[in-house]
Amino acid sequence: MLEGGFQDQPRQSATAFRAALDAMARPGTIHTVAGAQPPALSIAAGVLLLTLADRTTGLWLAPSLSAARDWITFHTGATFTAPEDAQIAIGAWPDLPLARFPIGRPDYPDRSATLIVEMPALTATGPRLSGPGIKTHANLSLPETEAFRINAAAFPLGLDFFFTAGDRLAALPRTTKVEAA
Amino acid sequence: MNARQKNTTEYNFAYLDEDTKRMIRRALLKAVAIPGYQVPFASREMPMPYGWGTGGVQVTAACLTPDDVLKVIDQGADDTTNAVSIRKFFQRTADVAVTEATQDATIIQTRHRIPEAALTEGQILVFQVPIPEPLRFLEPRETETRKMHELEEYGLMHVKLYEDIAKHGQIATAYAYPVKVEGRYVMDPSPIPKFDNPKLSGNPALMLFGAGREQRIYALPPHTNVVSLDFEDHPFEASKANHNCDICGAGDTYLDEVITDDQGSRMFVCSDTDHCRIRQEA
Repeated sequence: MLEGGFQDQPRQSATAFRAALDAMARPGTIHTVAGAQPPALSIAAGVLLLTLADRTTGLWLAPSLSAARDWITFHTGATFTAPEDAQIAIGAWPDLPLARFPIGRPDYPDRSATLIVEMPALTATGPRLSGPGIKTHANLSLPETEAFRINAAAFPLGLDFFFTAGDRLAALPRTTKVEAA
Repeated sequence: MNARQKNTTEYNFAYLDEDTKRMIRRALLKAVAIPGYQVPFASREMPMPYGWGTGGVQVTAACLTPDDVLKVIDQGADDTTNAVSIRKFFQRTADVAVTEATQDATIIQTRHRIPEAALTEGQILVFQVPIPEPLRFLEPRETETRKMHELEEYGLMHVKLYEDIAKHGQIATAYAYPVKVEGRYVMDPSPIPKFDNPKLSGNPALMLFGAGREQRIYALPPHTNVVSLDFEDHPFEASKANHNCDICGAGDTYLDEVITDDQGSRMFVCSDTDHCRIRQEA
């Protein structure tokens, strides 16, 4: 439980954040990260938690990942909450109660949850992405398209997603238009 | 321990503490996800006065990695007080490599200009913003401007531009010219000359905006559609001084007018010192 955090937090979290920022700014691009060894979670999901979560962020953890609970508490201090209060949520796609996470308010659309979706694999194939951050189009192996179409339709409200598999991550902000390939 | 060995100063990497950087980083991700929307953040006091780029410095500090190459410009110039101070600040607190060459930089912090040279994928441009709210001089109440953004109620901005035309025969706004981002949020591009506005749209670089005193962060992801507000019969025009640079001869760059003596003599020179230098050396 005490193992698996960053060794040099300022520099490792800086490098990790740049990968996360780049992923969010260029939806569909896949980035490799390093530095976390969490139990029950992928390296990339652990890196995102170490970089973004702390005592001030409410976190929702899928019940199937409860083996990661103590590690998250020790390394980030984040408090576990119900989906409705979560700023960050983490789980496999079928385990995420999408309709329950905050999507922001019309006057504060930034007060919305960021979801970290654990995936079996991540490749630049599958549904077609377009929108801000993408020159023409990109492809990403998303678990489905309909949920993202509904999410984008609520813009400027909506959820933002990271997808993690092993040491790789990609992101999908609410602005991205997702179509079946 | 590592930090102590690598850095000659006693500061944390890039000055800010990790809690602060995480808070700024979360705001930055939401800003990128909602282009043009101003995300509130808990801006810190920085070791420089407001108006000197405290917002930009905090954004840069939250984005900077040990591998970055940093360029800092003030009105296009690498060698003015503000630019030199901020560059030194990050050399000292982050031990980061610096450059004056636009194409070599991975992060460019800028006060009121976009470099002349085309930016590339992977570069980040960080703007210093004094007043992030484009509607602020039309409506002083934050509660009201927030509602106006919520309801996409931007008629007042068009009235302002119309009054410009009624008074001056043209849209007289020459800098901080308002833009609409992806057809949704009206945004203040910071006090860049409107000459730079076309570079905001479809740019391959990521643009981040930090307003320290006003505690707002906003962003334009790469390849985002940004339109300068105008009217069909008074289309937007990216204007500049009708002159060539007196040093490098460029006719397509934004120019500073420099008074050279007490007799009213003047010269026009490129505001982008790096661009002008490269042209002189070519």
